[in-house]
Amino acid sequence: MMINRIKVGMASCGIAAGADEVYEYLENNIDDIEITKVGCIGHCYAEPLVEVETEDESIIYENVEANEEYLEKILELKDESRLQFKKERTEKELNKVTRLAGVIAPDSIEEYMDNGGYEALEKTLKMDPEDVVSEVKDSGLRGRGGGGFPTGLKWSFLADKDAEKKYLICNADEGDPGAFMDRSMMESVPHQVLEGMLIAAYATGATGLFIYVRAEYPLAVKNLSIAIDQIEEKGLNEFPDRTVEIKIKEGAGAFVCGEETAMINSLEGGRGNPRYRPPYPTDSGYKGYPTLINNVETYANVPIVLAEGGKKYAEVGTENSKGTKLFALAGDLKYAGLVEIPMGITIGEIVYEIGGAEKGSVKAVQIGGPSGGCIPAEHFDTPIDYDSLASLGAIMGSGGLIVIGNDRCMVETARYFLEFTTKESCGKCTFCRVGTKRMLETLEKITNGEGSREDIKLLEDLAPKIIDGSLCGLGQTAPNPVLTTLRYFRDEYLAHVDDKVCPALECDNLVDIYLDHDKCIECHLCEKNCPVNAISSDLEIDNEECTRCNTCIEVCPVDAISRVKRGGGSSE
Amino acid sequence: MIGGGNMKNFKTLEKDQSNLIKALQLKQKKEGYISNEAISEIADYFSIPAIDVEGVVSFYTQFKRTKPGKYKISVCDGTACHIKGSSQVLNWVSDELDIEEEETDDDGLFSLETVACLGCCSLAPVMSVNGKVHGNLTRDSVLKILKEYREGAYDDK
Repeated sequence: MMINRIKVGMASCGIAAGADEVYEYLENNIDDIEITKVGCIGHCYAEPLVEVETEDESIIYENVEANEEYLEKILELKDESRLQFKKERTEKELNKVTRLAGVIAPDSIEEYMDNGGYEALEKTLKMDPEDVVSEVKDSGLRGRGGGGFPTGLKWSFLADKDAEKKYLICNADEGDPGAFMDRSMMESVPHQVLEGMLIAAYATGATGLFIYVRAEYPLAVKNLSIAIDQIEEKGLNEFPDRTVEIKIKEGAGAFVCGEETAMINSLEGGRGNPRYRPPYPTDSGYKGYPTLINNVETYANVPIVLAEGGKKYAEVGTENSKGTKLFALAGDLKYAGLVEIPMGITIGEIVYEIGGAEKGSVKAVQIGGPSGGCIPAEHFDTPIDYDSLASLGAIMGSGGLIVIGNDRCMVETARYFLEFTTKESCGKCTFCRVGTKRMLETLEKITNGEGSREDIKLLEDLAPKIIDGSLCGLGQTAPNPVLTTLRYFRDEYLAHVDDKVCPALECDNLVDIYLDHDKCIECHLCEKNCPVNAISSDLEIDNEECTRCNTCIEVCPVDAISRVKRGGGSSE
Repeated sequence: MIGGGNMKNFKTLEKDQSNLIKALQLKQKKEGYISNEAISEIADYFSIPAIDVEGVVSFYTQFKRTKPGKYKISVCDGTACHIKGSSQVLNWVSDELDIEEEETDDDGLFSLETVACLGCCSLAPVMSVNGKVHGNLTRDSVLKILKEYREGAYDDK
């Protein structure tokens, strides 16, 4: 069978898995077939991925290596190493926003246009700007960055302003640890994001566009830059009455800059401190001009809304949450990656059927990053929509979804998030600056086995005060991971403070390392590899010396070494 | 790769404070860190007080005030990596190189930092060395990677 084209998934995740070596190898060893770099199709667990297009089908090979064996598999279209699309997953997915991700070459505007790209913009330019805003209102599209503010309504605020200059910002400062939806979209389909921005610019009368991208995303910056050059070349940013300027601004690593007033300060070249609202950015934003901020995924939805019409768009989803949502799945599950689902399917469907996590092995999901919460397995029948998640104490967030297995400690998880927010607090509000620090210290006390019930009370007392006493979303949501773990996993907190036990055996101060001499084959690998010489020549572990680095557990060929509860080694 | 252009010198930027962060990024790209001299130079260029430049530098984690090693190791401590044992990865690297976070080794070869998230969560735990991401790390692979850098295996890439 004739091979028309070979595509290599080359988003950051693919490259990290070795896709660049695969691409280079294929380039060097195949002469007569076009080899294209594409973005991410979401099945990150199987990367590097290579897709082979023949006349009548397309076959994807998984975990491809840069060698002859795989070259042969690819060229001869062998059955081995083909990526199997699992029915459980494909039935639940709905690829609308990600339809072209990993399918087209991100640096080709022609390919985007061949697949319907910029048709929505063309259609928009024939409409009245007010009608474009109404169409977005009809769609029920809500901000995908986490807040869930109705997009059409936000647009109307800017459209109503009469000003010499108006700005539109794309928030691509994807700072939530564990989230990579926006990175994937910018790397894979930059034109779709930009088309959404151009439509928004037309509808709201914006004169300048900014994309505020995290500096940690060099490939996204590169692909967006190429796309902007192509747009300018084709004149797609020239409206009948004005030409809109599109600029990329790289952030410099500050989570708080995801907050809109902080982002504006950062764009102006200052420290990314948030400021009091009102005035809202739509009244006074970048350099005092009316400014509107939407997230990457929100913009990526816009061309779809305009192409199919607001009412049609609203057919997918629940009463108050329309359309689809992207989630970045990671953590203790089989199929980590990116997935797009219609709003309204349950958390459990994502975790078990799409993510392939084993039932019974999962304790909770962490959703919404440091601003979100931990939802326990007994609530996995909750549908994914803005309001249901809020009722559990979590938030939709931008789409990071981390699966937490049974062997993880929830107190430690809460401590981890507080450590993050403490570091990232800009320091402006006392309750955020000092309050998160005190919360972190209290949690450290508990995970170190030095806590008491008083400390739990202190956490519960401090949380609402931090929420009330903080100006921006960072402080207002910082206690959420603590509050949700206290609500759903109180028994773990109590085990730490009452019994000085970490049930998940994760907190280093509450565990010992134990060597089972019945299993041990006396290979002495542990002794040789111990970085602090805590294992003697007769293979006794000195738990006073030990730093719990787990090296011995890693190197033991027969799993004779394990973590046990403190003081539990001798009695077993 | 910034803003579409291939500019290398910050003095090609328009003298507007909104370009301050970009100027610092260009400077750091060239020199590896932000020196005291760089702060005065940039402050003069934009005609703003040096303290304002210092304030911006200290606010953003991207900017370094000390000279980094030849190979900059960033151990990812994003949620997914944390769950998958990034603190162990940090231990392994730090034990092997005998440096702590935010330090550079005596030969000036390696420096070590942790970062919030590299966005490669499906390959957790990950670390990057001079921007190249290495995923699914185990103790063995970490030691192997460090050895390869020491031997210059990645130098021409």
